[in-house]
Amino acid sequence: MKETVIKISLCMVALISVAVLFAVVGYIFLKGIQVISLDFLLKPPNYTALEKGGIFPHIIGSLCLLAVCLLFAVPLGIASGIYLAEYATENILTKSVRFFVECLAGIPSIVIGLFGLIFLVYYLGFGPCMLSGGLALGFMILPWTVRASEEALKAVPRSYREASLALGVSKWQTIRGVVLKSAYPGIITGILLGAGKAIGEAAVILLTIGGLVTYLPHSLLDDVGALPVYIYTILTVVPASRDVAESHAFGASLVLIMMFLMISVFALFLRNRYIKRMSGSRG
Amino acid sequence: MSTLEHVRGLKLKFGRLDLAKEGIIEKLLFIAALSSILLVFFIIAFMLKESIPALALGWNFIFGMTWCPGHEQFGIFPIIVSTFVVGTGALAIAAAIGIPTAIFLAEFSPRWLRNIIKPCVEMLVGIPSIVLGFFGLMVLVPFIRDSLGGYGECILAGWIILAIMTLPHVISISEDSIRAVPEGYKEASLALGATQLQTIRRVLLPNARSGILASLILGMGNAIGETMAVLMVIGNPEIPWIPSSILEPVRVLTSTIVLEYSYMEWGSMHQHALFAIGVVLFVIVAIFNLVTTVAIKGRFGATAAIKGVIGGR
Repeated sequence: MKETVIKISLCMVALISVAVLFAVVGYIFLKGIQVISLDFLLKPPNYTALEKGGIFPHIIGSLCLLAVCLLFAVPLGIASGIYLAEYATENILTKSVRFFVECLAGIPSIVIGLFGLIFLVYYLGFGPCMLSGGLALGFMILPWTVRASEEALKAVPRSYREASLALGVSKWQTIRGVVLKSAYPGIITGILLGAGKAIGEAAVILLTIGGLVTYLPHSLLDDVGALPVYIYTILTVVPASRDVAESHAFGASLVLIMMFLMISVFALFLRNRYIKRMSGSRG
Repeated sequence: MSTLEHVRGLKLKFGRLDLAKEGIIEKLLFIAALSSILLVFFIIAFMLKESIPALALGWNFIFGMTWCPGHEQFGIFPIIVSTFVVGTGALAIAAAIGIPTAIFLAEFSPRWLRNIIKPCVEMLVGIPSIVLGFFGLMVLVPFIRDSLGGYGECILAGWIILAIMTLPHVISISEDSIRAVPEGYKEASLALGATQLQTIRRVLLPNARSGILASLILGMGNAIGETMAVLMVIGNPEIPWIPSSILEPVRVLTSTIVLEYSYMEWGSMHQHALFAIGVVLFVIVAIFNLVTTVAIKGRFGATAAIKGVIGGR
């Protein structure tokens, strides 16, 4: 009897997280869907009242920032991952590389934002722009990409490498032709999960890009908008008409959640396919 | 010169070429791997360089009671206290919900229910913090204002929102560490006639303790480093003070940076102080992460899961 009561109450507690998720996403969805229209999605904000108009430049801006971020973090992350998984011998140097990757992952995003502000925006003189924001985001997700690649590479069975090396293929060719080929779905999944984090991140880019924009960026050094910054800014900086600002923030939140969902569903799809393939090859 | 020697020479030459190419690739990969170290050093160096004038204020900075940039007063003690108050409370809520959830998922849950709860918990991590903060501002804050009084933007709102953000980490690491307890322990206890609940209380939880503890410390680090969500709901009074009730608005380290960076004068003490707040934050979070790593070393636990989450801001 007592056991059953406890079991049921544990179950109730466990369902709280589910309820919270549905409450948040459901509320945002119901409020956001009322605002979303083609005009909202495809028009820039008004010049005079920035909280009015659409969010098109901010959607594009978010995607541009994500692209810059991935262009920086992905090649560097994969290269580091390959080194750690394939070449590194266990010595003080590789241990410290791993330690510093962990360190980097532990740095609060606002501190990375401050670093972006001082280093990219002022010291290197990029100013608040797409390049600064994208690189700062890249700094943030670099540890994710390193870790994802290292783990995916380590999951490739040793026998694949041995078979290839035994055929007289050199080490680098083995890595490129055999190991990376069977590890890439895992790597991509990890990177996509990082990208999902990056697209919703506000603190880092808030400090490294401007604020609201009404135009599209033309170069890397142009000012650029981003959805998380849009939500924050229309609520705090220009609330000339509070109601419009709030409803638009709901719309932008919904778009942001949708973007995140698309990225993660794609990542999960890849992961499942990958798991199936790996277990298939083993059986 | 004999043919044999010639062939041997050729072989050597090509062998060397190949080796050279492989060597270059390895060097390049090595340099890429070093980039993380370099980046961390750069971050530390630049943050320190910008904050030294403020840090040089010493105890007056850390333990100073008034933060009022307009009057050149930079004491962040109330902000630090508020940060810990907000973080601890959030963690208490997250633990109260997260640990029972983890026990349920690891021990009782039927498969189909777990397949519903687990993805939901994982999705919870993905809600962008700004969106969660906005939700808190629109729903939670008015609710607290109407039902409990006060401004609504207060410590309690911060607790709830931050608890939602840390909950997924607490659940997944705790669950993993409960599952990591060897099956034999559980079976031995059940074979001795203990009930399932007794087994959980006396065998599973004590053995999973270090992992659960690690998840909490880690959650604390994450909660303290979190910016946007908490910023939207805690009120951020002009002049921070040490709160005396959970319905008072407060200011935390992260929100202070975001609110004031836009009007700080470049090169002024105000700027140095804001960067110094960044350094303090960095140090606090680093200590929490380090303690987590030490806490799980050499015990049953969820090292892999922790590694996956430390970056999960």
